[in-house]
Amino acid sequence: MNLLAFINDKRVRDWFYQIAVVVLLVGLTVFFVRNASENMLKAGIASGFGFLWRTSGIEVPFVLTGYTQADNILALFWVGVANTMLVTVIAIVLATLLGFVVGIARLSSIWLVSAIAGAYIEFVRNIPLLFFVLFWYFGVIAALPAPRQSLSVFGVAFLNNRGLTIPLPDGMENLRIAGWIILACVLAYAAFHLWARKRQERTGLHAPTLRVGLVLLLAIPLLTLAWAVLATRWDVPALRGFNYRGGFVVIPEFVALLAALVTYTAGFIAEIVRGGIQSVSHGQIEAGSALGLRSGQVLRLVTIPQALRVMIPPLTNQYLNVLKNSSFGAAIAYPDVVSLFMGSALNNTGQAIEIIAMTLAVYLVIGLAVSALMNWYNARIALVTR
Amino acid sequence: MSGRASFSSLSLWRERLFGTPFTGFVTVVLLLAIGWVAVPLIRWALIDATWRGTTRADCAAGGACWVFIRARFGQFMYGLYPVDQRWRVDIAGIAFVLGIAAVVLAPQRLRLKLGLAMLVVLPPLGIWLLSGGFGLRYVETREWGGLMLTLFISIYASLIAIPLGILFALGRQSELRVIRLISVIFIEFWRGVPIIAVIFLASLLLPLIMPGGIDIDRLARAVIGLGFVIAAYMAEAVRGGLQALPKGQREAATALGLTYWKATGLIVLPQALRISLPAMTNEFIALIKNTTLVLVVSILDLLGIAQASLADPNWVGMNMEAYAFSGAIYWLICFALSRWSRSLESRRRL
Repeated sequence: MNLLAFINDKRVRDWFYQIAVVVLLVGLTVFFVRNASENMLKAGIASGFGFLWRTSGIEVPFVLTGYTQADNILALFWVGVANTMLVTVIAIVLATLLGFVVGIARLSSIWLVSAIAGAYIEFVRNIPLLFFVLFWYFGVIAALPAPRQSLSVFGVAFLNNRGLTIPLPDGMENLRIAGWIILACVLAYAAFHLWARKRQERTGLHAPTLRVGLVLLLAIPLLTLAWAVLATRWDVPALRGFNYRGGFVVIPEFVALLAALVTYTAGFIAEIVRGGIQSVSHGQIEAGSALGLRSGQVLRLVTIPQALRVMIPPLTNQYLNVLKNSSFGAAIAYPDVVSLFMGSALNNTGQAIEIIAMTLAVYLVIGLAVSALMNWYNARIALVTR
Repeated sequence: MSGRASFSSLSLWRERLFGTPFTGFVTVVLLLAIGWVAVPLIRWALIDATWRGTTRADCAAGGACWVFIRARFGQFMYGLYPVDQRWRVDIAGIAFVLGIAAVVLAPQRLRLKLGLAMLVVLPPLGIWLLSGGFGLRYVETREWGGLMLTLFISIYASLIAIPLGILFALGRQSELRVIRLISVIFIEFWRGVPIIAVIFLASLLLPLIMPGGIDIDRLARAVIGLGFVIAAYMAEAVRGGLQALPKGQREAATALGLTYWKATGLIVLPQALRISLPAMTNEFIALIKNTTLVLVVSILDLLGIAQASLADPNWVGMNMEAYAFSGAIYWLICFALSRWSRSLESRRRL
């Protein structure tokens, strides 16, 4: 009788099921790990991360760090991570700009503008990203003229079928100074904005935020940048024989991958922007103007904050997608972490498990950090039910 | 009557395109821009194009060489599948379409049973027809390819992904802490890594963790890898439906004395899945698009076979034709599915 009550106790049953699942999982893991170690023993592969300090011997066509063939495999790993981050960050910035333009165009009152934006969105979203990567690489970049007939961008950068050649600064001194000045301006503006808002809440007085902003965020940075660019000596690429010398060559794989990521992701961001703006009910805007706000103020104080609340979670998701999708570069041999480390380094060393774990960890660490932030934000703004 | 209707639609168009001077100006500028792009495109694709012929030499008009697509059509559809065996692929496709049609057209009370029966019968039937055995000639998966392979991978990967996704979505909602933790780890892990890396991982690790001597087919590895990733995305789609369902539904079922699995199967899932269907369809579209990534382990689906066909020395410079044709097929499939998913959603909203 006691036993029956024990078996039917919900808590006991819950624990029983959970222990059963854990035992099953542990059993499976042990089974797989034992097989793997047996198979590796047979193939003569040693496990462990010692291989990371071996000389890599792999040549990489696109290096941001000071890597050379003589460095170790760990250095190769960081080259891959840097290349992944580079294409991801630039693609996110450009895709956001293009996505906002297309998303707002979709809501335009001019029918043809909205129709073109709609056609773009429907076109891009229903075709695989890999298609765009291959198309840009083999269809567009490969069809560009040879170096001698390069397309010139204002005489300083040159686009041809071997990539984009851009000028490189001879010394970083002036640019670094300019960077610090601009950072100081941004911080000063943030402090001023905070002070102005506090004062307005206390006394109701308006501060000339717009004028100060124009000076601190636009005028001073632009002047500083102009000075820095003019004061620096630039190594402008010039045609010597069959190719350009000097400057920095952005490889065609990078250009193709970036173009594909930007055009593809912009279609998804545009839909998010449209949905966000449409989610703000018209009554909000009317109420704002009834309170005497000007149309710019309504946009800034009423529409955008509410639209952003809807837009930020899916937008973050898209940014994480760009990070993951940057690995599509492996299909055209762009040296990102997947193609460099999971491809070349794995082929050379055969350390499958360690290399796969490290590569996945790159994406998981960045992704989990961002998605933890997003879940926290989501929980904060979610409507609370019983 | 009809004259008046066309007049009013004409004035509607005039209003849309030239309502105000500014609108008219923008419309004219955009029309010029469209013409600037579209006229050469149409000349290339239709007017100057070559439709008839058999070899590269027949394409002298300067436009698109659709002869290339015609010559390669079989490969685009079936890959390197032996020509005299292609009827098996056709039969598998027809059986699949008829199976779905039968389930959709069946009376309500039979639909569930028929659906489950199809789920048990069709997948093994398809594998038997495609790979052979029991009286049919063996065709190795190395020879499969083209659109048929794209559809095969998408369908079989979702046969793994949907049940697994439902299980993990339920696990994430479970009140058992360990189960919930395991589900969250599974979902977030697979959602956090790039699919291309998972395909590499599956093709490298699956043979490694199996007991010696057991070899998993190359294509099966890719399908399993894709299935696991999409399962995590499906789980999130199903979670949306589970969360949208009022808590009272499960509470009422429990109050009636139903066990967890009965309440889930009879009350919760039928309603939740209906809500999740549009989101799940979107994940299926994503799966079709991501199937292209099997290219990295040299399995040639539709895009892969198009890419491979560019290397043919008899057909140099057919990049645009191959991309236009394969891109159009992907677009048609995905566009049709996304329209269907959207109509499901709007029907639910009403």
